[in-house]
Amino acid sequence: MSVASLAERRRSGNVARRNLLAGLDEDETYSFDRALIRGFGPYIRPFRRPALASAALMVLYTAANLANPYLIGLAIDRFIARGDGTGLGLICGALLAVNVVTWQAQYWQVWTMSWAGQQMLYRLSGDMFAHLQRLSLGFYDRTEIGRVMSRLQSDVAVLETMLSSGLLSILGSLIALVGIVAIMLALNVWLALVSFAVLPVMFVIAAFWQRHAQLSFRRTRAAISIVNSTLQENISGMRVIQSLAREGRNRAEFEELNGHNRDTNLDASRISALILPLVEVVAAVAIALVVIVGGIQVSQGTLQVGVLVAFTLYINRFFDPIRDLSQQYTQLQRAGVAAERIFQILGLRVEVTDRPGAPELPPIRGTVEFRHVDFGYDPGVPVLRDLDLRIEAGQACAIVGPTGAGKSTIAGLLQRFYDVQGGAVLIDGVDVREVTQRSLRGQIGVVLQEPFLFTGSVRDNIRYGRLAASDAEVEDAARAVGAHELIARLPEGYETAIRERGGNLSVGQRQLISFARALLADPRVLILDEATASIDTLTELLVQQGLRRLLSGRTALVIAHRLSTIKTADLIVVLQRGQIAEQGTHAELLAHGGAYAELYAMGFRHAAG
Amino acid sequence: MSTRAAELRANWRIYGRMLALLRTHPRQTWGALACVALSTAFGLTTPWLLAWVVDTGVRGGNRRGLVLAALAILITSMLRGMFAYGQGYLSQAVSQLVAYDLRASVYAHLQGLSFAYHDQSETGQLMSRMTVDIEGIRNFIVLGLLRAVLTVVTFGAITVILFLLDPWLALITLTCVPLLAVLSIGVARRLRPLWRDVQEETGALGTVMQESLAGVRVVKAFAREDHEIEKFDRKNREVRKLSLDAMRMSAWNQPLMVLVLNVVTVAVLWVGGLGVIGHRLSLGTLVAVTQYAGLLAAPVRTFGFMVTWFTRGLSSGVRIFEVLDTPAAIVDAPDAVELANTGGRVRFEAVGFAYDAGGPVLEGIEIDALPGQVVALLGATGSGKSTILNLLPRFYDATSGRITVDGLDVRAVTLATLRRSVGLVLQDVFLFNATLRENIAYGVEGAGEERIMAAARAARVHEFAERLPDGYDTMVGERGVTLSGGQRQRVAIARTLLRDPRILVLDDATSSVDMETEYLIQQALESLMRGRTTFVVASRLRTIKGADQILMLDRGRIVERGNHATLLARGGHYARLYDLQLREQEEFEQQSLTGVGRAG
Repeated sequence: MSVASLAERRRSGNVARRNLLAGLDEDETYSFDRALIRGFGPYIRPFRRPALASAALMVLYTAANLANPYLIGLAIDRFIARGDGTGLGLICGALLAVNVVTWQAQYWQVWTMSWAGQQMLYRLSGDMFAHLQRLSLGFYDRTEIGRVMSRLQSDVAVLETMLSSGLLSILGSLIALVGIVAIMLALNVWLALVSFAVLPVMFVIAAFWQRHAQLSFRRTRAAISIVNSTLQENISGMRVIQSLAREGRNRAEFEELNGHNRDTNLDASRISALILPLVEVVAAVAIALVVIVGGIQVSQGTLQVGVLVAFTLYINRFFDPIRDLSQQYTQLQRAGVAAERIFQILGLRVEVTDRPGAPELPPIRGTVEFRHVDFGYDPGVPVLRDLDLRIEAGQACAIVGPTGAGKSTIAGLLQRFYDVQGGAVLIDGVDVREVTQRSLRGQIGVVLQEPFLFTGSVRDNIRYGRLAASDAEVEDAARAVGAHELIARLPEGYETAIRERGGNLSVGQRQLISFARALLADPRVLILDEATASIDTLTELLVQQGLRRLLSGRTALVIAHRLSTIKTADLIVVLQRGQIAEQGTHAELLAHGGAYAELYAMGFRHAAG
Repeated sequence: MSTRAAELRANWRIYGRMLALLRTHPRQTWGALACVALSTAFGLTTPWLLAWVVDTGVRGGNRRGLVLAALAILITSMLRGMFAYGQGYLSQAVSQLVAYDLRASVYAHLQGLSFAYHDQSETGQLMSRMTVDIEGIRNFIVLGLLRAVLTVVTFGAITVILFLLDPWLALITLTCVPLLAVLSIGVARRLRPLWRDVQEETGALGTVMQESLAGVRVVKAFAREDHEIEKFDRKNREVRKLSLDAMRMSAWNQPLMVLVLNVVTVAVLWVGGLGVIGHRLSLGTLVAVTQYAGLLAAPVRTFGFMVTWFTRGLSSGVRIFEVLDTPAAIVDAPDAVELANTGGRVRFEAVGFAYDAGGPVLEGIEIDALPGQVVALLGATGSGKSTILNLLPRFYDATSGRITVDGLDVRAVTLATLRRSVGLVLQDVFLFNATLRENIAYGVEGAGEERIMAAARAARVHEFAERLPDGYDTMVGERGVTLSGGQRQRVAIARTLLRDPRILVLDDATSSVDMETEYLIQQALESLMRGRTTFVVASRLRTIKGADQILMLDRGRIVERGNHATLLARGGHYARLYDLQLREQEEFEQQSLTGVGRAG
């Protein structure tokens, strides 16, 4: 398969995605707009003063820096040529002083700017993270974490480069340019004009180069991103590749993409290396012109040698900022794209919000009611239709039904991860939308099918259920669900560090820890997405016991897979295509001979060791 | 002290190895170096020509001389420009070629590393080596190494010229060299740990982000958003503090170096100026000397960056070579033979296994599976079931005893033919970013459409494939349509069916699927197992009961063996397990039959 078609395929693979962030990620074209600048406003405003100070220092630095050649020319013409040793000493002293000023000005200027930049980034990334935390679950259903991470990391890093060095160099170049032009004009108008004669050529070259360089850089970014995504896939799928003995083909495929990336980069280097020699030659033309014109003037006695020397020094410095600016332009554009991506995140609407002035949900008894609930993740595709369900306080309700029937949706709505499109979800008769999310979720416990643990100690993970809990309370909770012995057997007991995603614990162990976490929170209502991953028999027994402890006395909504759970539930709800097909107890439903009996006949799954 | 010396030696070794990477591209490397030297040389002529302009052209009023000088400046600049282009292009080229080589060799090396390695390394870690560290080495070559060469060449050439022009002024100018060296080394020493801390803390910040985004359901369920924000803020603050420390140090240092050079230039001007006044020196020479001293400013200004790239290159080199130095534990024996995909008799003879660090995982495992037999493995987590599965296709090598397929030791046959004969269906199915069809055909090159369809049908993929937006051409995998656990499993079964291996290794544990899917998977598995020697980590009663041999494992040993009937009769481990778990399954099955009877 050709590289182009591989690349094409990878890209087209993204088009059909419902992924929220995918679109802009692939698109590098971008132009500044007002909204973007406005977005930055609140971040820049607090740092106006340091920014201004930095700019002032930069002017000072540039002036002092540019005074150097001038003073050297002065030293030659006024003192050395006239044999004035004292004057020379004085002017050398002045030069020294100017250099010290340059040094200090540069230090303070860079430091204030970096300081302000870091503070700004700190706020920006903090706000981004906080906003991400507040976004509704609907966002996460539709978005790959990787893409969000890339915005939090890469895009912030691009902005950081721009703020800490790019902006400085752009500003510095501009100021230097203005300063040099002024000095050259002041030194000798004619020579200055002669030197500026080459400028139009310079600008044409820079603009031309810029356009080509940008295009080729964009190609290199696309090439490397294909290489990296292929790598990512191959590394995570290495076991499959090895077991299918497909190493050779994958390697050939990768080598092709790798080679394509290399060639694209070589092309880009060919173009990017052009700017230096071009500037060099144009500068040389200017110097040659100045030497001829200036030389004639000197020989006619209308120009001093020192001025001519200083002039040639300035010409060299004059082209540096132009070159820098043309290089920084690309950086600036990248930063613009990064900023837009960041503000896109900050601009995402939080779908589920607290009503203004929403009261806290008072301590609940735990009656759950779904009243004529309509809901679909995509409004055009209803998942639940006119659903009515009532679970009395303290009852355990098992929801059964095929994948896609809406079981998890019911749980999500109860916690108000999403808002219903019709009807209402009520707890103790209170609409969940009328109270704060925090007080609502604080009273509903959840145990997920795949227990998610955070890095940190086992103790920290259990305490996640109630941050204020004492060590004794943590251990009591662990004991109650039967996790204590298991934790005690871990290398460092409760202090055992949990690796990323709980990798060093078995599923059963993680499950029990998540039970303890839920128990510590002591919620009146518990949502349980019953785990079906296979665990060994002994742990399975422990988990079952823990579960019973956890459920006792609470209203429970169980997305059930195990027959034992289903049979003992106070209420079984059979869900089909977003509607309740049947409800009742095990015996009632079996006797009824409807959907449940049918499911039952087909055979409930049972996960055994 | 000796440890520091050893560390230093190790560092130099890394630099040496990175240098050795250039050896495969001698043309580009020498070309780049030649261009560095030539462009520097031509760059250095301009001040000399200017001095000539001042001394003869202008003072002598020689117009022709002026034009000649101007032409000379133009021509040397063009030549310099040409070589500067060569320098710019070739140094980038060299670095790109090295990056390409590294990517290719690290990738190839990773492919050769066994499961033992991949079990312990995280994808993110390896990816960061393939991206950040390769980029680190690449930048070290362009911005560190070649720039260092440029600096040395510039300093060297200017030194020679200065000595030719005026030895005293040359000596004054060169006093800056030791000063600059001391400054850079001091800064490098202090900055390096600081940058390392910044990198580490940034990594930690990344983990906090990753985790609270991946676990967002838990965060939200416990209403812990504020807690997470606070956690993030703490790390974010730390990163900010460390970054600022590092930035402050660089901000202080770089202007200081420029200051050193400028002070030296002032000294030259003063001493030289007095010389001119005293007629010991021509004005033109003084002009030239100051100009040459000025030319040192550019390399001095980039000193700081150079040092940074040297240190970053070092740590990247360490990490890359660490991967490349990991020996591939499982490779073909030099005299390995091909294994025919026939027969299928598998024997484990006194097989033992232990990971590098740690006690035995398996001990004295004896299994004799005849062609077509089903061997069910039962036991608690950690009893060694999966290890047995992994030993057969040689994802690990047994530490003692041997495993034979049709009488051949698995270590005596080629990996490719061994894995060709051993099909694998793991619990965690990985699909590639490709179409459904390509995923099914992933293990077989050039499989015909008919065979693919046949496998898809037998594995019950067909049932859902037709409902996908583009049928078999639908993109699946990480960036494609998300398939459910049950669907993925069936794709994996089809993938294995298409390879038609004699021996099957499968993990029968199931993820959460609804009843209909469960039934379909069951059927797919049955058609897969038909006629093949099968090793299965079993959880379905039906599979267990149908097995020719049931092996009960406990802490790495086989504690019971037999078939369902004999084991049940013995009343041992298996019977207990059956009572605890399996009987319920069975009763349930019977009950559901009567249930249907009643309902019907």
